[in-house]
Amino acid sequence: MRLDEEVASVVGAAPVQDRRPPQSAPPPETRIRTQDFDLFYGAHHALKSVSLEVPANSVTAIIGPSGCGKSTLLRSFNRMNDLIPGVRVRGRVELSGLDVYAPATDVVELRRHVGMVFQRANPFPRSIFDNVAYGLRLLGVGARAELEARVETSLRRAALWDEVRDRLGRSALALSGGQQQRLCIARALAVEPDVLLMDEPASALDPTATARVEELVLELKSRYTIVVVTHNMQQAARISDRTAFMMVGELVEVGETRSLFTRPRQKLTEDYITGRFG
Amino acid sequence: MERHFEKELAALKEEMLLMGGRAEAVVRKAVEALRRVDVALAQEVLDADRIIDRMEIDVDDRCVRLLALQQPMARDLRFITAALKIVNDLERVGDHAVNIAQGAVRLAGEPLLKPLVDIPRMAELAGGMLHDALDAFVRQDAETARRLCARDDEVDALNRQVFDDLVAYMVGDPRTVTRALELILVARNLERVADLATNIAEEVVFIAEARVIKHHAEDDEPGDR
Repeated sequence: MRLDEEVASVVGAAPVQDRRPPQSAPPPETRIRTQDFDLFYGAHHALKSVSLEVPANSVTAIIGPSGCGKSTLLRSFNRMNDLIPGVRVRGRVELSGLDVYAPATDVVELRRHVGMVFQRANPFPRSIFDNVAYGLRLLGVGARAELEARVETSLRRAALWDEVRDRLGRSALALSGGQQQRLCIARALAVEPDVLLMDEPASALDPTATARVEELVLELKSRYTIVVVTHNMQQAARISDRTAFMMVGELVEVGETRSLFTRPRQKLTEDYITGRFG
Repeated sequence: MERHFEKELAALKEEMLLMGGRAEAVVRKAVEALRRVDVALAQEVLDADRIIDRMEIDVDDRCVRLLALQQPMARDLRFITAALKIVNDLERVGDHAVNIAQGAVRLAGEPLLKPLVDIPRMAELAGGMLHDALDAFVRQDAETARRLCARDDEVDALNRQVFDDLVAYMVGDPRTVTRALELILVARNLERVADLATNIAEEVVFIAEARVIKHHAEDDEPGDR
């Protein structure tokens, strides 16, 4: 993109007319698609006909007020909601074109491909090494050399290697909050997912640790597709390519982050992001 | 209960309007000083401009503070970034008024070269454009703002007219050169005031519609200048 177009688009304005002949770029691949997806917690209609596309190798943020369904939607992508009694779904969720809710779906395998990181880091009460190796061992990776190589790769990709390389045998619980969160990311990455789901990944972290996690997210998107639920709008603005705004179970608006935050299409969106809600 | 942030935005808008009013007034005063060759009035223009300069600094400060502390989004963000540009333009209007007033001072003591007709007309048009631009700003009225941009052509035409007339004077009688040049400069300054009013109008369209119309950005034809 030319510099002037990039600048124009950042402030949410149409770019100056480009008179060169248009070059068609291949359309971006969709990694996750939901189609008229409904979810009920018993009688409570938590997700209402949500249709959303998540492009591959991008960061999509989901924002909205408390109770809007953003975490519920996130958990729908890897069927973590199945663990909640009384959950009913309707509609379609596709991962790379395959129906995630098809009866034949191996849910464990699904959760390997669609990893998840939570608000509070939840490392196992084991060594740093064993945390990252856990999933690999379950997958049948036994050879020490291979385990070590893959643990190192995962820790490097989670920007944690340099800090823990000399103490892989120490307990994961001795790490700081920010380090534990990056360890959880490394653990998810070890089993080579396609997608990384992050539910308020930095809410429990101080600003420095938050900044490191955000930097990491930006680095990871070249390899993975990332969906981040956050109540922090500035964070969504900083790290995401696309942002989806939800309210009361509905998807109100989704679009390029730089447009949504400078000139949202829906008044509801504008009211929310300018803080004029209730 | 109105949020603190909205109160700050309202206060910012208010200050900008005050500044705009002063800019309008100072241009009128400068042209009056020229017409009456009134040195005291010219001095008032210089004093008034200093106030405008201080207001620009104050508005800049408010805007930066709002950006830092409130992280405004969408329309609020566009409003504040446009405000920074608008007050910059208004401060320049003040400077142009000062230039006109200084021309009046330099012309003092000499008889008027010719009765001023086109220059007061330019002043009226430019002042009117400035007034309407500020009005459009208050009402976030993109339509009025867009129409304003076309009026700049009339001011440009008058500017060229003044230039041609005064060149004819200078060619006819070299003794008129200093006075004629001063008047050409006055016309130039008024032409710039009209341009600045157009800039403000373009910013209003940006705030209201998130569309950039400056530098003919919306024109489709290549080579359309």
